Amino acid sequence: MAQLPFFPHTQEDVARMLERVGLSSLQELYSDVPQEFLYRGEYDLPSALSESEVKASLEAFAARNRKLTVFVGQGAYDHYTPSVIPALCARSEFLTAYTPYQCEISQGTLRYIFEFQSMICALTGLDVANASVYDGATAAAEAARMCVASTRKRNRIIASEGLLPCVRKVLEAYARYGGYELLVSDHPLDALDANVAGVILPSIDRSGAIVDLEGAADAVHTAGALLVLYCDPSALAVLRSPADWGADIAIGDAQPLGMPLSYGGPYAGFMACREALMRKLPGRIVGQARDAQGHRCFVLTLQAREQHIRREKATSNICSNESLMALWATIYLSLMGPEGMKELNAACYRSSHYLRERLLSTGLFEAAEPGGFIKEFVLRPRTDASRLHKYLLDKGFFAALPTEEGRVSFCVTERRTKEEIDALVSAVEQFAEEEGR
Amino acid sequence: MSYYEKLIFELSKPGRRGAAVPSGTGEVKVPFGDGAKCWRSEAPALPEVSEPDVVRHYTRLSQLNFGVDGGFYPLGSCTMKYNPKVCEDVPALFAGLHPLQDEETTAGARELLSGAERFLCALTGMKHFTFSPCAGAHGELTGLMIIRRYHEMRGDTARTRILVPDSAHGTNPASAAICGLEPVTVPSGPDGLVDPEALRPLLGPDIAGIMLTNPNTLGLFEKHIKEIAELVHGCGGLLYYDGANLNPLVGVLRPGDMGFDVMHVNLHKTFSTPHGGGGPGSGPVGVCEALKDALAQVDGKVSAFHGNFGVIVRAYAYILMLGREHVKELGPFATLAANYIKESLRDKFKLPIDSVCKHEFVFDGLIDDGGREGVPAATTLDVAKRMLDYGFHAPTIYFPLLFHQSMMIEPTETESLETLDECIAVLRKIADEAAVDPSLLKSAPHNTPIGRPDETEAARHPILKFTAEA
Amino acid sequence: MSIVKEGLMYSESHEWVRMDGDVAIIGVSDFAQSEMGDITYVDMPDEGDAIEQGEDFGALESVKASSELYAPVSGTVIACNTELEDAPELINKDPYAAWIIKVQVSDKAQLAALMSAAAYAQKVGA
Repeated sequence: MAQLPFFPHTQEDVARMLERVGLSSLQELYSDVPQEFLYRGEYDLPSALSESEVKASLEAFAARNRKLTVFVGQGAYDHYTPSVIPALCARSEFLTAYTPYQCEISQGTLRYIFEFQSMICALTGLDVANASVYDGATAAAEAARMCVASTRKRNRIIASEGLLPCVRKVLEAYARYGGYELLVSDHPLDALDANVAGVILPSIDRSGAIVDLEGAADAVHTAGALLVLYCDPSALAVLRSPADWGADIAIGDAQPLGMPLSYGGPYAGFMACREALMRKLPGRIVGQARDAQGHRCFVLTLQAREQHIRREKATSNICSNESLMALWATIYLSLMGPEGMKELNAACYRSSHYLRERLLSTGLFEAAEPGGFIKEFVLRPRTDASRLHKYLLDKGFFAALPTEEGRVSFCVTERRTKEEIDALVSAVEQFAEEEGR
Repeated sequence: MSYYEKLIFELSKPGRRGAAVPSGTGEVKVPFGDGAKCWRSEAPALPEVSEPDVVRHYTRLSQLNFGVDGGFYPLGSCTMKYNPKVCEDVPALFAGLHPLQDEETTAGARELLSGAERFLCALTGMKHFTFSPCAGAHGELTGLMIIRRYHEMRGDTARTRILVPDSAHGTNPASAAICGLEPVTVPSGPDGLVDPEALRPLLGPDIAGIMLTNPNTLGLFEKHIKEIAELVHGCGGLLYYDGANLNPLVGVLRPGDMGFDVMHVNLHKTFSTPHGGGGPGSGPVGVCEALKDALAQVDGKVSAFHGNFGVIVRAYAYILMLGREHVKELGPFATLAANYIKESLRDKFKLPIDSVCKHEFVFDGLIDDGGREGVPAATTLDVAKRMLDYGFHAPTIYFPLLFHQSMMIEPTETESLETLDECIAVLRKIADEAAVDPSLLKSAPHNTPIGRPDETEAARHPILKFTAEA
Repeated sequence: MSIVKEGLMYSESHEWVRMDGDVAIIGVSDFAQSEMGDITYVDMPDEGDAIEQGEDFGALESVKASSELYAPVSGTVIACNTELEDAPELINKDPYAAWIIKVQVSDKAQLAALMSAAAYAQKVGA
């Protein structure tokens, strides 16, 4: 059997090491294990493949997926990834680094996390952000727990029904045992009472509509609860900030900041809050420090909140986060800058409004609820929604996704060209024609 | 090169930009900033920098970092093995796949996931896996949710406590607390192992199960596992296996065969996906046949979509290369390397528990720490910082909490004998330095981009974001 | 060697108590602060909170550790030492001057459970 390229031990090396250890065989390393537990059979795995065979095998899997032109969002948005990002994130000093506990040799990681925190604060208007959590949905669950920990003797969380289904489902899963009681409501502000610790509202709802949050913070604060806003960080570049709406905590998924769809991950959840809640914020936080020579440097700080110190009393059990994806988002926002982000949103705005007008003119849809939107919208189909969806799928479009309320959902990012949009509309017209026959 | 101190914000100059964006389709007027209340009136304070600014800044930041590709991490508690490069190439094959795409358009991705499930079952002895959890601690939480569901589905709602040995990772009690379970500490015996006799009085109808790391965080195999399993199962509880220390068992024995009912696997440790400076990871959870229905109730509900799919693809590629032939080398090579380092340093460092270790072991400080009257002794922290000077990452220190000067070393199977010998030579040299002049260690590191920072001041007066100088 | 101040009462969990009428002034001992090292944050309850003897009412934090504060007596918090918010190091400087909370004691009989300075000094080997 040829040696595995990443197992460097020759037979001679093994013999030398065994000699130092005072054993005569590798089996003896397991002499303390009850021998009946040793697995003596052949492992039910394929025979080892070479690198070129591995590539071919993975390419074969990929070939069995269908390549579609994506006109759906619902929590995962097909924005363009500038080439700079994968090139920099693939640098092995970032990619193969451990968690930056040894700050003297981790200033690269610590610095970009500090920049990430700063950019999330800039977008949300809030004071403090963490180094990321798994995704937007788990950020919502962490925020729910944060509300309960920050308000006394209250344990109910009201979540708007307007939140994305993928977020609500995780909030529900965590609620079952996770120390808060969840009420999902289409009129969340009407359900406030003295047991409510927090209210989670979307800044853009599941249909893509921008939510008018006038009065929400006042109502929530008057009831003694905290206001959490679930946001699309890309849209926050043009939307009124969560802090301006009076939110205490802002959360969301950083995926729209140039992360590929990747069948759902890795993405990165973000969390930001007012300074008063800083010590209830879960996850890693990087702070500025000085070394002995007076150099400005960066360290993991406020660690007494975390599981490796506080164990069962920690603010959360989170350990690994999505550090490399935070770097991804940080580089994206650096490249785009405030102007780029505004233009990006403008491109989405134009193209999505263009598609909506063209779709309405096919006669196959009625306008659904009014409300401003940037890139995602729903229509009320005058036809069978799932038949339309499948028809478009056959034509190579992932579009017109049927929603919980019987609408169909569309999303247009800056990546969609006029040709692609027009081709989608043609496919819809063709469907209408075939249905009409 | 001198220490590069800048933040991206400090390179900003109004008017610069690093990306051009298409203008979109259609002529509709864009209302941003028109005074309507939903728009922001001022642009967010993001940096304005050119593409070369960005590339140079992050390249220079990367040069301040240490990674596995640059050097050895003898880091206990978190398996830091070499990450094969082909694994980095393959996730891009799935980059354009939307997570909500209809099943008939994602056959390849779904086949890959079920293939990964088959591989993990073969390797662990579990019967079913969920890939939703995005990291090890997320897997723990998911596994505990499954345990709670299992008991509930049997109408047994009194099991609200869970046993956790005092040597456990901090995530164990934290995950338990978040899942509404009260952690009950099981004290380790003098041999560092869970003593079934100490366990017995803690058992009862209120016990949901036990969370066990085997080998434990001292790198010792919990050799009473059979009796522990019988006792916990006997009281109606379940056994949870913390997969953080799975590496030495790969190819040798399987948690499922030892009586474990639920476990998580850290793909970013055992199956060689890179750590990325602290994630993304992936923490799939496996269960035995009896917990299949409980797993189904949690599957897909702890993260937004299908977990960290891109990480799973990497691990899948890694297992393909390992194959049924090399898998049997993995655990033994990792274990051999750990024992080799331990035996090569035991005359310089205190070995609190002397027995064959698995993938890692713990020293309790230096034998001669240089402490004399009036001269402060070199601590484990000082040894760790001095290692940075010699081009090695530091071991995990002050964990487990069982000893005052814990220093945990895990070499993994991907480090050559020459690298292990270099590391041993450096640790011996540091031990000699400490005996003669501990101040050399106390002032370390000397050769890193920065010296030891004032962490106390950073925590007392936290500065957590960039603020432009007024 | 840590200092044990005469005239105070001490708990097993290293809090000290000085009575002023029905009000208990509570801090942590020199032994406790030296075990913690540089204190970076004091987590304190709100005024008006009820605390129970033996239950935690806050915590001390350092860079690498956290230690719960346990109520030596039951009662209602009537004041917190807000100086500690910006200067937690005051506890390191003089733990007997840097009180943490003042409590209106509900049952003075509970004080019998506390140790004298001499007994506490023996416990911590001072």
